[in-house]
Order: sequence, then C-alpha cells, then structure tokens
Amino acid sequence: MGHHRLDARNLLCPMPVIRTQNRIAGLNSGDILEVRCTDPGALQDIPAWCRISGHEVLDSGVENGEVVITVRVGSPEKAQ
Amino acid sequence: MTTMTQARKAVALISGGLDSLLAARLMLDQGIHVEGLNFYTGFCVEGHTHAIRERRRNRPQRNNALWAAEQLGIRLHLIEVVEEYKTVVINPKHGYGAHLNPCLDCKGFMVGKAREWMEAHGFDFIITGEVIGQRPNSQRRDALPVVARESGALDRLLRPLCAKLLAPTLPEREGWVDREKLLALNGRNRKPQIALAESYGYHEYAQPAGGCCFLTDASYSNRLSDLWSTRGDKLYDLDDIMLLKVGRHLRPRPNFKLIIGREEGENRYLGGYRRRFVHMEATSHHGPLALMDGDITDADIELAARLTARFGQGRHAEKVTIEVTDPRGGSRLLDVIPLPGNEIPASWYL
Repeated sequence: MGHHRLDARNLLCPMPVIRTQNRIAGLNSGDILEVRCTDPGALQDIPAWCRISGHEVLDSGVENGEVVITVRVGSPEKAQ
Repeated sequence: MTTMTQARKAVALISGGLDSLLAARLMLDQGIHVEGLNFYTGFCVEGHTHAIRERRRNRPQRNNALWAAEQLGIRLHLIEVVEEYKTVVINPKHGYGAHLNPCLDCKGFMVGKAREWMEAHGFDFIITGEVIGQRPNSQRRDALPVVARESGALDRLLRPLCAKLLAPTLPEREGWVDREKLLALNGRNRKPQIALAESYGYHEYAQPAGGCCFLTDASYSNRLSDLWSTRGDKLYDLDDIMLLKVGRHLRPRPNFKLIIGREEGENRYLGGYRRRFVHMEATSHHGPLALMDGDITDADIELAARLTARFGQGRHAEKVTIEVTDPRGGSRLLDVIPLPGNEIPASWYL
C-alpha cells in the first residue's frame, strides 16, 4: 500500500477533481492519496467524485488556508 | 461491444443541467448501464466562478455535473479538453451564435469525444439531453443530424428526450432500448422537464440562466474579441480566458488594458498573476488590486494609477498613494488624483 501526494494548489475547480481522478487512475486499490488544494470548492467536489467512483475519503479539512483531502483508493467494482 | 447477456452500456454527456440528468434517468429506467462524461473546456461557467468571487461563498458550492451523477448513482468521468477545444472556438466550421458561442461545432466536438470514449471502453451508444428546438443554434431540427454525422456517432447517438420525433437509432432498432418509453419533447417550453424532474424527486437541479458556457455571454465575448483584436490573432491560453472572467476590464488606450478586482476574492485571484503583469494597489486607502496588460509607458501607468484610485475607498480623496510593482518585484510609489467618474468614458469598459 503506497502513500502518495498530489499538489493541486492554485487550480480552480474542476481541475483539482480532474487531477485527482487522473492520479488515482494510476494507483492501486488500498493506496492512500493526499490532495492539497487552494480552491475551497474542492472540499465539496473531491468527496462527491470519490463517492460516485468507489473511493473512500478518510479525512478532509482546511490547514493554513489550504484544503487537504485524504483518499483511500477503492476498487472499480465498488463504485455505486 | 457487449454480448446479448450483458446490460447494454450508454455513455451520457452530463452537463449538470436538467435535460442531461433526465436523459440519463430514462436510460437507467430501461436497465441500461450508464456512465457520464463531462468536458472541461476552460469556458465552463461551472466551477471557477464560485471559487473566485468572495460573495458567492455564501452559496452552496458544488459541481452540478457531480451532483447530477450522484443523484443518478452513476460514475462520472471528467475530461479536460482545453487545448483541443481551441480549434472549435477559434475557427468554428458552422460559425458563431449570437456571441462567440460556437454551439453547433461544440456539440459535434463533444459527441465526437464521447464516440472515441465509447469505442475505447466498449460501450454501445451515446445519449445526450438535446431537445429539438430548445436552442436556436445547436438544437434545431436540421442541426441534430449534423452533430450525429460530424461526430462520427451516426445512429449510435440517441436523444431520449425527443427520440420519438426522430428516426429510430440503432439502440431502438436493435431493441436495446424501448422506443415507446422515450419522449417527444419539442421547443423551448421547460414545463415537461420540470414536471418529470418532480416525478423523480429531483428538486435542486441547476438552471443556469445563460447556459453553461461563458461564450454565450455578451460581456465575456466582448472581452475575448478585444483580446484577439489587440493581439492580432485568435490565440489564447487558459490564463487568458480565466482572467476574462474576473474583475472590471477597462481599455483606456489601445496599447493597454487594466483589470481591476471588484472584491477581496477577485483581488486574491488576480494576486496570483503578480509575476506576469505590472500591478498596482493603493497604500494610503483600502482599494483593489489592478493588473496592467499591454506595452505600457509612464503616462499609461499614471492613468492606470488614477483609475485604480478611483475604484478604491479613496475615490473622493484629494490624493491617493498607489504602489506600482513590476513583474520582477521592483516597486515605486505614485501620488495621484483619483480619476473622476465623469472622465471615464463608457467605451473604456469591456
């Protein structure tokens, strides 16, 4: 199980979601991805995308003005 | 393609609006496996504006395409097409609509991308939320076959909301979809869609007044037209088209433009471009951040400083101190008299 980071700062939605989606496509089920953004909309959009895509948001919040979302990569079959 | 024992698969263009939501819902009701595609062109109203403007933070922040997919319980694939989309905007084969909106070319482009995705992922057909006569350009009856032909989707393109008014497509002829359960919507009346949404329990769907694309907006198109005419060509990058969405844009002289933040959210956003433009803000009073775009002289800088002072809290002061900073960080202070409102011609505003 790998731990990965994605810098999506200074991008506006939907680009942080698209970058998250594209990065997860190259990861394995069970991997952890920490996404860091500056667009507050990402706090809604990335979890929404995870819910419909079968990934689990382990944590989300704002640190020093930046949105940080931690995702556990699911398996494709688990998507709703 | 799938075997007879598997559910047929449709890829749906999901804009986040009501029609594409309903079109996908109708397919799900027939047991079709549906996944959504949403294309990001850089001109989408969705997304960026709520992130930039401070005042919008009081509103629910959501991506409507993601919301629609969640309501439907389907996957949504977000695809960035900023570079490829330039050919559509710069040189549309079918021309522009009322503004710089290349709606017919745009629809053909997106359905064409959906066809590529369908073929790459083993899906059977494409669905859209198009309704005959709903849009003056891309949804005219004679435009629908153009989209099907030029996208290469041909009769694998199904419009569930108006299918009964069109010739049967492959999914209907093959019995993958029951044509009798499709609809015959026509025209600009939204009442049938609203009633259908109510019947499904969809209440919070998006209804953007000006559509989902900035190119349908007169003011935005005017700014893009100004950008192209000033540069002498119709090229752009993502930063260019993002900046057109933000702030007041004034062109007091042919050789430069001033972009002035209207509130704190926009000032912060414009601040991200400090290393690309000469910029200025008042130090003696609270006021906006302004970017200067163009080949500029000292006289231009003074005029820009007076305009910047005009849009800050020192607008009625005898003197406002403006800090002018170049992209490398060198700065100087200018004391200026705010430009009176009656000395700002309407023609300066873009």
